[in-house]
Amino acid sequence: MNSIKFLYAAYIATWAIHAFYIGTLVRRFSRLRREMKELGKGK
Amino acid sequence: MKRLFPIFSAITAALLAYALYQALVVAPTDALQGDVYRIIYYHVPSAWTAFLLFFINFIASIQYLASAKESTQKAAKWVVIVIGAVGVIACFLPQVQHLLPTGMRPSAVATTVLAIPAFYFFVGKFFPGQRLDVLAVTSAEVGVVFCTIVLVTGPIWARPVWGIWWAPGDIRLTSTLVLWLIYVSYLVLRRFSNSAQTQMLAAALAVFGALDVPLVYFSIWFFRTQHPQPVIGGGGSMDPRMLHVLVISWMAFLCFAFLVCWSRFRLELLHREVEEAHAMESLVGAGAAAKASIPLNRSPK
Repeated sequence: MNSIKFLYAAYIATWAIHAFYIGTLVRRFSRLRREMKELGKGK
Repeated sequence: MKRLFPIFSAITAALLAYALYQALVVAPTDALQGDVYRIIYYHVPSAWTAFLLFFINFIASIQYLASAKESTQKAAKWVVIVIGAVGVIACFLPQVQHLLPTGMRPSAVATTVLAIPAFYFFVGKFFPGQRLDVLAVTSAEVGVVFCTIVLVTGPIWARPVWGIWWAPGDIRLTSTLVLWLIYVSYLVLRRFSNSAQTQMLAAALAVFGALDVPLVYFSIWFFRTQHPQPVIGGGGSMDPRMLHVLVISWMAFLCFAFLVCWSRFRLELLHREVEEAHAMESLVGAGAAAKASIPLNRSPK
């Protein structure tokens, strides 16, 4: 059974999903920090 | 706390690398499935982590709903204590024991039942007020990520072993998909609803959603499924070396989930801070506009 490619696919998919989610968290963090800075400037 | 984050991140990264090494190199090859069985070292810990996160979401949602009134809060405390006490006693009654699935130890069920009051009081103590809601949304979102991994890695394992990607009608698979859909709808509700009742509605939805978790977990005990029968905790016969790697892998994923939840929790707090600042700014703006308009609106005496 040539199953090794399925094993690698599952591991890669797992880390791809985690990386994508962490990427969205980083993007949201930077957007909120930028907004906070702008609000600070406005005062 | 900010200093702890990089230290904990480094420990988690090391643990994940060690778990990967154990899963790919140290764990013995399965005699029937070959190497593809090693997917369980990611699939099963992800499922357990998702269940744990949905359980935290359930507890935080109950706490949030109960915190609306002081009388409800007191009543909920007593209900949780009674559930814990009655549940533990019931697990050791012979009449209840024969209802448990074959191979499932009453002590394991009693420990799980005891986790309900333990988590309830822990969450109530360390996450007061709005932080309960922040914890609920955090655990639901990270839980959905782990549940997605379960739904992706499962079919990747099934294709070479079963010959099909998905077994339509299989209760374990279907109930997991339903669980995922419930929590996705929970997140969609939170994301797009602007009503003042959103948090309450989401908490109520989360309580119903959590009812699916025991169905997913126990489905392989109570129903005939295509999904493999339990290999641990239910009279299974997993090789101790494989079990050892599975536990290491779960510990690594738990640390990783904790780290991600920590970041998501901070993000949600920052998000609410920004929203408050925006609201204050618009209030100040509206106040200034109103002040400026007062003399114009006054009729001359």
